[in-house]
Amino acid sequence: MKSLTRYIIARLLLTIPMVFILLSIVFVVLRIMPGDPVSSMLGGHAPEKVIEQKKVELGLNRPMAIQYLNYLWQVCRLDLGESMVFKQRVTKAIAEKLPATIELSIFGIIITLFLGVFLGAYAADKRRMARDYIIRLYGIVVYCIPVYWMGLMLQLIFGIWLDFLPIAGRTGPRVFASTFEKTGFYILDTILVKDFSALGDVLVHLTLPAFTLGLVLSGIFLRLTRANMLDVLKADYIVAAEARGIKHRRIVYKHALKNAFIPILTMMGLQVALLMAGAVLTETTFSWPGMGRLLLERIYLRDYPTIQGVIIVIALVVATASLIVDIIYAIVDPRVRY
Amino acid sequence: MARILEIEDLSVHFPINIGTVRAVEGVDLQLEQGEVMGLVGESGCGKSTLGFSILRLLRPPGEIVGGRILYHGQDIVRMGEKEILSLRGNRIAMIFQDPLTSLNPLFRIDKQFIETLLTHEKGLAKGEAFNRAEKMLEDLGISPERLLEYPHQMSGGMRQRIMIGLGLILNPDLLIADEPTTSLDVIVEAQFLDLLNGLRRQYDLTILLITHNLGNVAQLADRITVMYGGSIAEVGPAEAIFENPLHPYTQGLLSSIPNIKLDQPKLVTMPGSPPDLVNPPQGCVFHPRCSHTMDICRHEKPYVSKEDGHLVRCWMYR
Repeated sequence: MKSLTRYIIARLLLTIPMVFILLSIVFVVLRIMPGDPVSSMLGGHAPEKVIEQKKVELGLNRPMAIQYLNYLWQVCRLDLGESMVFKQRVTKAIAEKLPATIELSIFGIIITLFLGVFLGAYAADKRRMARDYIIRLYGIVVYCIPVYWMGLMLQLIFGIWLDFLPIAGRTGPRVFASTFEKTGFYILDTILVKDFSALGDVLVHLTLPAFTLGLVLSGIFLRLTRANMLDVLKADYIVAAEARGIKHRRIVYKHALKNAFIPILTMMGLQVALLMAGAVLTETTFSWPGMGRLLLERIYLRDYPTIQGVIIVIALVVATASLIVDIIYAIVDPRVRY
Repeated sequence: MARILEIEDLSVHFPINIGTVRAVEGVDLQLEQGEVMGLVGESGCGKSTLGFSILRLLRPPGEIVGGRILYHGQDIVRMGEKEILSLRGNRIAMIFQDPLTSLNPLFRIDKQFIETLLTHEKGLAKGEAFNRAEKMLEDLGISPERLLEYPHQMSGGMRQRIMIGLGLILNPDLLIADEPTTSLDVIVEAQFLDLLNGLRRQYDLTILLITHNLGNVAQLADRITVMYGGSIAEVGPAEAIFENPLHPYTQGLLSSIPNIKLDQPKLVTMPGSPPDLVNPPQGCVFHPRCSHTMDICRHEKPYVSKEDGHLVRCWMYR
């Protein structure tokens, strides 16, 4: 376990150069992109003089290298700066939106794992039976569907036709904003103030977005789980366990699944990035006030500091998630030593 | 002596796309209480399939298509799922070829023992199960502290001993050992066979030792069954088989063992190759490779001839 601690520290240190490399790329790409915050704020018809004045105000008139070094120095002091479009600290904008995205992602991944892993294991156990084919078909279909289309269809079916699930926002109008001041994680907040009708409201609003995200990713996990399970079920230790009289269900869902889960974990670490990408689209479809929507809005406005800040935070979330996956890895598989 | 296992006219087939593999065809085999029966034959002769059939562990498409397997008089072939589960590991144990892959790598050794015990003795306390596992490890010559380790922390020989321990923890009376020493080196193999011999007395075991290694059976077996092409060629007491082999296949098998004392310039080999079990030869399955082939061998399957306890399926002895 001592070596695990060392490994974690090394990984954390590695995220520092990663953030700076990423930051440099984003910094340059944003400035190569056509448009800038000034013209997006003032429109195309503002007088030359006003535009110049605004540029000086925002520091955009200085050479790019100077702007870059200034920004790096700022980030080193853990300051993400101020939005160029609104009077708002970038950290504050992110702090408001990040919990929404994390809440959505966590529930998305829970749904993905449940559907993907259990359906995959079940399909492998019932290999070549009708149930297996049906589950595999489901896996391919959800894998092919684009996230936003899945979101729109779920909205249409459950929100409009069946009319029993809300299709936008994190809460209904009757829940007071003051309920959510503590953490920004609505589920946690409602539990903290013991407002259970608000909790219900929050969960109901979370359902469709979380399922949209979860269903789409479940296809990959389903196929991966099934393939791994088929391999593991052929292993000698499975036959040996059978020879000891252990029940079939226990062998499949305990002995085999635990072994098949190791590559799935690896995949999970890699898919967190995809999950975040999916979250951006899901948030847009469901008017979910999270990081994805913030990013999209600010890209339209060319709000350089906010875009850079959001991307750093998303990168940190991905890095943290893959670190957590590595730690779980070491716990599940005794053969892994860091 | 009581008869513990009686296999009658057992046939196991594997339907595959090019036809049906007749892996085991019309096999009869009896095991007496307390004996070690060596089941020998070359790769693909059906000896492992026979071993797997006894616990009904055949993987699809493998299927028992005929015959009976009587264990203390009860037919295993016709048992329900529940009954067969309560036999496996509890009354009949089985160990396998490769100890390195036969233990689940993610479960600690003690967990595997406790799980096996609790599967068959419901309501047993975990602490009690752990104590029994400790005692078992002592019997196997492994320090009980190693119960807290994972399989990858142990050597191959140790893992095979753990496999035996998991097999014997519930005091079964029959052990099926499917090539248990194939993947061990010669020194560990010798130690393992010694251990097996000791455990056999201590646990009052009947053992079906499946192997292609005639040295193994010479060391342990009381009786030997020789299988060829899915059928039994010869059964007899170990000394009789080694000193007076009747079946031409057994004779060929024995003469192909290199002998350091004889000045042999070349290893004696048997001509031909094992039969195609999808289209087995007509008559005696061995006739295409046999040096004594007669006309009748090509048309009719030989039946059993007997010479006090020594059985052979060959037309030469009718």
